[in-house]
Amino acid sequence: MAKRVEDLTVTANRRLNREYFVLELSSAGPLPEMRPGQFAQVRVEGSSTTFLRRPVSIHDFDPVENKIKLLVQIVGKGTEALSGLKSGDLLNMVYPLGNSFSLPGRGEKALLAGGGCGIAPLLFLSRYLAANGFEPDILLGFRNKERILESGEYEKFGRVFLTTEDGSAGEKGFLTEHPVLLSGKYDIVYCCGPEPMMKAVASICKEQDIRCEVSLEQLMGCGIGACLCCVVDTVKGNLCTCTDGPVFNVNDLKW
Amino acid sequence: MVNTGFSIGDLHFRNPVLTASGTFGYGAEFEDFLDISALGGIILKGTTLEPREGNPYPRMAETPSGMLNTVGLQNKGIDYFEQSIYPAVSLYDTNVIVNINGSYVEDYVALAERIDKLDKIAAVELNISCPNVKMGGMAFGTDLSSAREVTRAVRAVCSKKLIVKLSPNVTNIVDFARTAEEEGADAVSLINTLLGMAVDIKNMKPSLSTITGGLSGPAIKPVALRMVWQVARAVKIPVIGIGGIMTSDDAVEFLLAGASAIEVGTASFIDPSASVKIVKGIGDYLAAKGFSDISEIRGYINRNI
Ligand SMILES: Cc1cc2nc3c(=O)[nH]c(=O)nc-3n(C[C@H](O)[C@H](O)[C@H](O)COP(=O)(O)OP(=O)(O)OC[C@H]3O[C@@H](n4cnc5c(N)ncnc54)[C@H](O)[C@@H]3O)c2cc1C
Ligand SMILES: Cc1cc2nc3c(=O)[nH]c(=O)nc-3n(C[C@H](O)[C@H](O)[C@H](O)COP(=O)(O)O)c2cc1C
Ligand code: FES
Repeated sequence: MAKRVEDLTVTANRRLNREYFVLELSSAGPLPEMRPGQFAQVRVEGSSTTFLRRPVSIHDFDPVENKIKLLVQIVGKGTEALSGLKSGDLLNMVYPLGNSFSLPGRGEKALLAGGGCGIAPLLFLSRYLAANGFEPDILLGFRNKERILESGEYEKFGRVFLTTEDGSAGEKGFLTEHPVLLSGKYDIVYCCGPEPMMKAVASICKEQDIRCEVSLEQLMGCGIGACLCCVVDTVKGNLCTCTDGPVFNVNDLKW
Repeated sequence: MVNTGFSIGDLHFRNPVLTASGTFGYGAEFEDFLDISALGGIILKGTTLEPREGNPYPRMAETPSGMLNTVGLQNKGIDYFEQSIYPAVSLYDTNVIVNINGSYVEDYVALAERIDKLDKIAAVELNISCPNVKMGGMAFGTDLSSAREVTRAVRAVCSKKLIVKLSPNVTNIVDFARTAEEEGADAVSLINTLLGMAVDIKNMKPSLSTITGGLSGPAIKPVALRMVWQVARAVKIPVIGIGGIMTSDDAVEFLLAGASAIEVGTASFIDPSASVKIVKGIGDYLAAKGFSDISEIRGYINRNI
């Protein structure tokens, strides 16, 4: 899977709520092959305070329509600038980067668990699993009803379970308290979200002896394994999140 | 055809663009983005005698027009280098240079002896300017007598071309360049990162695990350029300019100020193919200005001073 630097064209910028938006991107030629869990290093032009590229997960990739989607949360200058992109604008990306989630074994049952912005890579993963004959269950956690993101999209590829902290939609409480997660009926859990949430999911999986893969978000300089800034301390020593990850088996992490 | 080649003694470089140590991995990381043989040379990630895990995370912070890093020379050591990295890098059709580091003079010497035996390594860059290690590193590059001692000791065992990489964290960098020249260095490269710091006001603590780190990127270019100009006027050996070079225009500034060649660092993080674009841009500049050889513009600004 060769990496490339490329200007993609913004075909839509959809605002989901105050904090989140989805960018749809396309290119004149065919997009490269990509796997769920991979990310792009996105260039934010025109400001000395957004000097480095910003890592963003591939939220969805549809090879037939030749489209990529990014789901972005506005947290600072770079993501704020990206939120202003309009149809027809160009976005320069280095991609596809990093490793990917592993496929479940034949006949294995998978649960995808994502909270907040962490749901980003899981849409592509659900599409990919469905395309490979799996029927994933998808557990999504949000703070409240207004903050629910794209849950309809996920329903196309699996059974969706929702939780909100205030109970305004789905089950009330934290994602980590949801009965499906505690049910023990899965062979593998894929998880992405805030670190405390991933740690809690990882420990539930360890107790139940379920395989668990998480996607980490370390600060990145280059995204291609050259600067060694994105390291995570693992049982195998310091590994780069951008090349050895961002997806890690929790047994390799010192959690 | 414009000639952009240059030489350090009898070692020829097809063009003046090298990649800076620690910003280009071992080359393989960039193979999807560029043709390594289009570069004058590549300088590999800093190597030490023993494996080093480097400093704890967080290791970087973005700053206006630049970044701070505190990687701390993470690398797998010279044994691993010889077995697993050398076979791959020796296939590159360009000058491959090893950047060596140590805590004691003996470490540098032992490393230089090992590298000296590797046929396909064109030169050694002696890093006496790493700001991110507790022992050695910049300590050698900020004290004249230590700089002299380590350069002399390495020179004695190194039959390859020896480039001494200077620290900008000194009062008068010219003294260090002269010392390197006196001790037999074949070239000097400058600058390494400037010691800096950032504070995370959200969490009310330093942004880097080691509190201070090395600043790189366009933010340091004016300082680097000034130092390169000063050093190029003071020594006869070739000067390799480093610091915030993002485009060929930046590179040309260094050449006009007296550099024989340049290294591209942080720019490769923003655009992995920056280095080859700079190669092309330098050629275009020379052609547009009507020069046929890069040596014609080296130190050109001094004519007008
Ligand atoms: C592999 C990977 C995949 C990611 N995928 C997505 C995604 O799909 N959607 C999305 O919205 N975000 C994603 N992120 C996080 C995203 O990169 C950061 O939110 C972004 O870089 C912030 O840039 P900014 O200029 O807006 O914020 P800044 O002004 O730079 O910083 C604002 C705040 O964001 C935090 N921040 C900065 N960089 C990161 C980072 N790399 N990870 C976590 N927090 C950070 C800072 O600590 C600070 O508190 C991902 C990060 C990684 C490493
Ligand atoms: C992440 C990172 C790692 C570096 N590692 C090394 C190193 O191992 N050895 C060395 O001599 N310089 C190292 N440097 C310094 C660069 O080679 C270069 O001197 C410096 O970054 C200034 O150039 P720039 O502004 O073009 O990046 C490193 C710089 C960065 C940003
Ligand atoms: S971000 Fe540079 S090595 Fe991972």
